[in-house]
Amino acid sequence: MRRFKDSIYKWIFTALAFASLIFLLGIVIVLFREALPALKTTGFLDLVFGKSWYPTYSPPEFGILPLILASLWVTAGAMAVCVPLGVGSALYLHELASNRQKAILKPAIELLASIPSIVFGFFGMVVVAPFLQETFNLPTGLTAFTASLILGIMAIPTIASIAEDALSYVPPSFKEASYALGANRWQTLTQVVIPAAGSGISTAIILGMSRAVGETMTVLMVAGGAAVIPHSFFEPVRPMTSTIAAEMGEAATGSPHYAALFAIGLILFLITLVFNIVAEIISKRYRMKLGLSR
Amino acid sequence: MNENIIASAAIFKKKNNARNKIVQNTGFAILLLCIIITILFLGSIIYFVGVNGIKIMSWEFLTAPPRKAMTAGGIGPAIVGTFYLTIGAILFSLPLGLSCAIYLSEYSPKSIAVNVIRLSINNLAGVPSVVFGLFGLFVFVDYFHFGVSILSGSLTLGILVLPGIISASQEALMAIPQSLREASLALGATQWQTIKRIVLPAALPGILTGVILSIGRAAGETAPILFTAATFYARGYPDSALSETMALPYHIYALMTEGTHPEKQTMIAYGSALTLLILVLLISALAIIIRQRQRNKMV
Amino acid sequence: MNVLKKTAFLVCATMLATVINGMGADGKIVCEGSTTVLPIAQAAAEVYMDNNSGVNISVRGGGSGVGATSLIEGRCDIADCSRAFKDSELQKAAAKGKDPKAHVIAMDGIAVIVHPSNKFAELTKQQVKDIYTGKISNWSALGGDNAKIVVVSRDSASGTFEAFGELALKGAKVRPDALMQAANQGVAGIVSRTPGAIGYVGLGYITPSVKTVKINGITASRETVLSGKYPYSRPLFMYTDGQPQGKVKDFIDFILSAGGQKIVEEQGFVGLK
Repeated sequence: MRRFKDSIYKWIFTALAFASLIFLLGIVIVLFREALPALKTTGFLDLVFGKSWYPTYSPPEFGILPLILASLWVTAGAMAVCVPLGVGSALYLHELASNRQKAILKPAIELLASIPSIVFGFFGMVVVAPFLQETFNLPTGLTAFTASLILGIMAIPTIASIAEDALSYVPPSFKEASYALGANRWQTLTQVVIPAAGSGISTAIILGMSRAVGETMTVLMVAGGAAVIPHSFFEPVRPMTSTIAAEMGEAATGSPHYAALFAIGLILFLITLVFNIVAEIISKRYRMKLGLSR
Repeated sequence: MNENIIASAAIFKKKNNARNKIVQNTGFAILLLCIIITILFLGSIIYFVGVNGIKIMSWEFLTAPPRKAMTAGGIGPAIVGTFYLTIGAILFSLPLGLSCAIYLSEYSPKSIAVNVIRLSINNLAGVPSVVFGLFGLFVFVDYFHFGVSILSGSLTLGILVLPGIISASQEALMAIPQSLREASLALGATQWQTIKRIVLPAALPGILTGVILSIGRAAGETAPILFTAATFYARGYPDSALSETMALPYHIYALMTEGTHPEKQTMIAYGSALTLLILVLLISALAIIIRQRQRNKMV
Repeated sequence: MNVLKKTAFLVCATMLATVINGMGADGKIVCEGSTTVLPIAQAAAEVYMDNNSGVNISVRGGGSGVGATSLIEGRCDIADCSRAFKDSELQKAAAKGKDPKAHVIAMDGIAVIVHPSNKFAELTKQQVKDIYTGKISNWSALGGDNAKIVVVSRDSASGTFEAFGELALKGAKVRPDALMQAANQGVAGIVSRTPGAIGYVGLGYITPSVKTVKINGITASRETVLSGKYPYSRPLFMYTDGQPQGKVKDFIDFILSAGGQKIVEEQGFVGLK
């Protein structure tokens, strides 16, 4: 009887486990299935390299290139903000912060990572955009630059937190050996600790990047929304995520516009997939290198 | 490799000490600057939202529905809506996610297949939230005809946090030493008894941390509910799982982009943002405290 | 798919049990669509609910396109539209067995606005078209100062965008580098802060911080819009699936009544009488 009960539980867990896997698999299937018509009618190359996005005109044009480039620009800009600040903060926490500082700052940064993106978008819209517009005398404060800045600030806690973890995994013996050889703290940090934690830090950066590419509400609110191939950081752009969010309500089920939005979703999915796989590979190697593999 | 790194440090041994000192101080100053800027940036967001939001805060603001063409009144229905959506999401994702984690760590044989599943779950955790929204619109709103409703929104948010719950729970379960399980089995307990009485209680803090962080995430997400659950204005509290609902994050977005009276509505948006911020930060703080205590115990 | 469906229904059942099911479905109206019509629908819903306690109205924006799609997909009871349904939308509706019926609830003029420092008090329809399509990109081409024209437009989900495209651009494309704003408020805000800017908004959004230009010599006003003299005037619609019934009919009747039309005027639009 007990054995029987035991196997029932096993089956329940198996069933629920597969149910959740089916849900998650469902996302991939739905994305591919619904994006397929767009790939068929417009053609993969015309879709990805098409230069005009006029989904509601007749005849409509579905060129995603301006949206892809906008996402890349904004992400690159965000990286320029959050990589130095995030990694720098992690290094400070690791090397310079006293125990007391660390006990406060580390959880504080983890806490800040949970601020909802809508709050960042709101802040960008009411404070940062008007400020930048006045300071640089721009036609509008809602630009690729504003979006980059806000996204960058948003990704700092993520990067700082993961990078600090990576630094703390470096065995103390590395440092001690370096000190014993007469290197000072800065030399030890830059020549020994950072290279040793390098792949862990790259994982942090890639995950931050993945977050910036996929971020929706912030860019929807502050990027301006013009579907043009970007020429300058101080012009409005329309990244992929905000296009989906702005248009998915008006595209009728099964229409070409609907399929094109799913195609954008698919491209986003593939981009973040590549980022995550690269991060996974790097972090795996890193653990093996430091003898931490489980 | 490691030897190389350490050996390279030796090169610096006899170099000019005074110059090294300057380089070191400059470097450290830059690091200090980094953390100061970071704190300034993030602090200023909390400061701006806090200082402006507090002006409009009152018991009435937190409980009343909007009035006078969205220029007065409060955000009561939005808070209640966010509460329902979050509870719904967890009700859906916790049983599924926990079962999945238990299956993967306790029942399934350690194989390549399990590794592949673990990897794909990790990957899904990184998929943009708007893609989940797209999925929710297609599957729940249209395919299952749940319409724009709390149900659709909860399910969409639930799937969004599912990967996070699975991997946090799995990690917590895998951190339990194998010897504990073996001891229980050796005493004649069945596998389910072992899981229920030994493994789950030990892994509880880790699982709890993951779940609470997911609650915080579900409460703050906007993109997944944009077209599956949220509405601009509804008076009373939602009367069934199939009705639309106001929600805090969407309220901020809608006031800022669709409102018609910016002077007054920006203030309401500040108040909503402060409420959401406090809510999410409190939830996350709880998770971080539980994790910190757990870490201290283990050390 | 079967497992998926079963789980979903299971969850559905638990959720229905947890949330108290208070009112019947017929006391509920979902109203969705144009951000131009949004303030009318929202303010009207407030007053209507004050007088009819048994009814629950939920009002949502998104844009006319969203409203139309939503009605076709059966996600809402009333679609707010600041333009008529397009042929393509009517075809889709027919294919899904829906029968959209239009109700004109108010009139609106699309005013062309510029920065207060702008010298122009009047433009012709042709000039507006040239500016928006990108033929003219400097005020000097029209005899003004040598300053770049910053073109501000609504985004494609908005009915104002569609209506302007039809009325002013005759279907031509807006230059792609135009600043696309999700709401009237955004357009008015940018134009009020930017010396070289030109934009278009519903009559209800004209503020003292922007300057309204005459089109072909006619000022956008209540009178010129109602008489149809002003070139960029349009009706605002609420669409229902088939003839409205019950509460939906009652709500639309309320908006068309004297009390409802007063709300329309309060929100800055032109009442029908």
